[in-house]
Amino acid sequence: MAIEILMPALSPTMEEGTLAKWLVKEGDTVKSGDILAEIETDKATMEFEAVDEGVIGEILVPEGTEGVKVNTAIATLLAEGEEKGAAPAKPAEAKAEAPGQATPAPAAPATAAPKAEPKTDLTPDWPEGTETKTMTVREALREAMAEEMRRDETVFLMGEEVGEYQGAYKVSQGLLDEFGAKRVIDTPITEHGFTGIAVGAAFGGLRPILEFMTFNFALQAMDQIINSAAKTLYMSGGQMGAPMVFRGPNGAAARVGAQHSQDFAAWYMQVPGLKVVMPWSAADAKGLLKTAIRDDNPVIFLENEIMYGRSFDVPVMEDFTIPFGKAKVERAGSDVTLVSFGIGMSYAMEAAGKLAEDGIEAEVINLRSLRPMDTATILESVKKTNRCVTVEEGWPQGSVGSYISSVIMQEAFDYLDAPVITLTGKDVPMPYAANLEKLALVTTDEVIEAVRKVTYR
Amino acid sequence: MATRKAAAKPTSQTASRPNVSAEDLLHYYREMLLSRRFEEKSGQMYGMGLIGGFCHLYIGQEAVVVGLEAAAEEGDKRITSYRDHGHMLACGMDPKGIMAELTGREGGFSKGKGGSMHMFSKERHFYGGHGIVGAQVPLGAGLAFADKYLGNGRVTFTYFGDGAANQGQVYETYNMAELWMLPVIFVIENNQYAMGTSVKRSTMSPSLWQRGAAYGIEGEEVDGMDVLAVKAAGERAVAHARGGKGPYILEVKTYRYRGHSMSDPAKYRTREEVQKMRDERDPIEQVRQMLLTGSHATEDDLKAIDREIKEIVNEAAEFSKESPEPSLDELWTDIYA
Repeated sequence: MAIEILMPALSPTMEEGTLAKWLVKEGDTVKSGDILAEIETDKATMEFEAVDEGVIGEILVPEGTEGVKVNTAIATLLAEGEEKGAAPAKPAEAKAEAPGQATPAPAAPATAAPKAEPKTDLTPDWPEGTETKTMTVREALREAMAEEMRRDETVFLMGEEVGEYQGAYKVSQGLLDEFGAKRVIDTPITEHGFTGIAVGAAFGGLRPILEFMTFNFALQAMDQIINSAAKTLYMSGGQMGAPMVFRGPNGAAARVGAQHSQDFAAWYMQVPGLKVVMPWSAADAKGLLKTAIRDDNPVIFLENEIMYGRSFDVPVMEDFTIPFGKAKVERAGSDVTLVSFGIGMSYAMEAAGKLAEDGIEAEVINLRSLRPMDTATILESVKKTNRCVTVEEGWPQGSVGSYISSVIMQEAFDYLDAPVITLTGKDVPMPYAANLEKLALVTTDEVIEAVRKVTYR
Repeated sequence: MATRKAAAKPTSQTASRPNVSAEDLLHYYREMLLSRRFEEKSGQMYGMGLIGGFCHLYIGQEAVVVGLEAAAEEGDKRITSYRDHGHMLACGMDPKGIMAELTGREGGFSKGKGGSMHMFSKERHFYGGHGIVGAQVPLGAGLAFADKYLGNGRVTFTYFGDGAANQGQVYETYNMAELWMLPVIFVIENNQYAMGTSVKRSTMSPSLWQRGAAYGIEGEEVDGMDVLAVKAAGERAVAHARGGKGPYILEVKTYRYRGHSMSDPAKYRTREEVQKMRDERDPIEQVRQMLLTGSHATEDDLKAIDREIKEIVNEAAEFSKESPEPSLDELWTDIYA
């Protein structure tokens, strides 16, 4: 019986890819380990190997096809003596060269996230009538860095695999070609050391952008971030500080387990001397990163791997920046205030869309910067809606929501018609199993449920 | 913040050793003595409750910074740990501003907000004053990274102790410093005790500078009680780093006479050990003898210098007591640029 060869998932967050090239043709005999095709994701091009032996029966997806969903049958493999057209049996196991990706990933990982961003009621950060273009968060980040590096010679990018590898998540793709090895610097795997070097370079008059492959690894460099970068301006009586950006993916990706899935927003937000921002959309990503690079303080710039591939409108402008400390009302509403940031915004926006179908109008506030935090916008909204739900991925104790809740209690207590609900990730290390991971993360359904609770509807 | 006038450039002929002028020797004597008297005064003021918190004295180690500063050029940078008073004096920071920082007053280098361990002077290219053991090592390499990037020909003296030499970030930094050929001089001030733990009790391969060999970094051991030996080694290190050959390690064998900090009961070594060092190896006494035996100065000349230094230190102490505490508004300044 013929077996189906399926489109493989080549990274934890891959949902689809391009079948760039077939290296076999119908009728070819293949054995385990032979390279069948080249698959291109938004991050990389990878070779796809056969796991079983047999004869290529039919090529179902021609080369050059874009947007091939993971687990789509792309070819059939015939056992000896079989003929083309034989009924397919169980799918052949896909095997990619990426370490730890040996099993076909049921596209499960990203299922916790909505597939498409709901339409937003934007009050744009740019002048009315400005032309916009659609780009991914990844492209927006790259554009922001490239523009700022062109503008200021002292800006440079440093981190693991930012140069020749073109970025572990391809955010820095192409920057080495444009700016050269002096300004796009590959480091050894040595977070504590290179973070200290970057902070020292900032003391010495440069403006480093330090990429952490993920913020989980920045734990190794915490002393340099907090004790050296954040405090030196104060300790020197204003003589010297660290004008620099620490950036990289933060929070849960998909199925990468406890040590690689953690939201550090609340941790960094606590520290005077740091500025902390978390973009949601591509426009956020571009406008905030440009502001971060120009800021004379150390900025923690928390990205999200799942969001890298998502597309949004970004204004086509000479110099588009978004100021820190200014939240954005992404959707107006009168029944409840939803406050979120980063990927949490996706859940909040999706929930708001669904709630509207039931006549509940949620106002959704995209915080964007956590320190400084635009509490005025939150309070103004709560005074109108009298209810508030905060949404974030981090843990509950000492969460961003806890802080927001305390501000509302102190500044708008009399306006509240229900207790503030602070939705967070569950109070557990991130589990690996797909079903448990889904359970550990905050979901759109939980947002809807919380809104129903505070609106008593 | 005012800067002390730089000492006159050496001009005259050699004293008791080749290539050392009487002026140079007198300059080293004066600088080391200033550090010694300043620290003695600091200890005294700590005892009087005028200086709070942690206070780590540099007494005994004076030849290290004075010798290396003699090898530095204007514009070169330095960064060190919390035992930093001597470094600041040697690079020309005003003793008044240093002492006023120790007393937590407005006239201090950090307006009283940094304290003994966290002081800086952009004007004198002194980048701290860092309280976390070893953290200044990558920071120093980062300063050198900036200099190389900017192509300004400067070098950075990155000081750390034998204790910090066991921190992992030191070796992460060695690796990158050599990989990127950074113009940094790693100065290991080996005073033989990491707080109360002797090198013997904490460290395999007791030759600390040789650890650089694993990264291809050249270096040497230096007698840190001999200011001329330190200066000579410093010049080799500077030539190496400024010449584009990358980092260089100086392991300077020195000794601190006083405790780790003011609250050190010093149970880990004998009084005799300390006394023997003072009697036989004291860096200031060595220069004093050179000056006298070489007939470059008389006892009276040296007494005059002593009086002059005493005056500077007393003025600093007075200033540090008279300078007001920072205004309460200062709590909220300098958090963001």
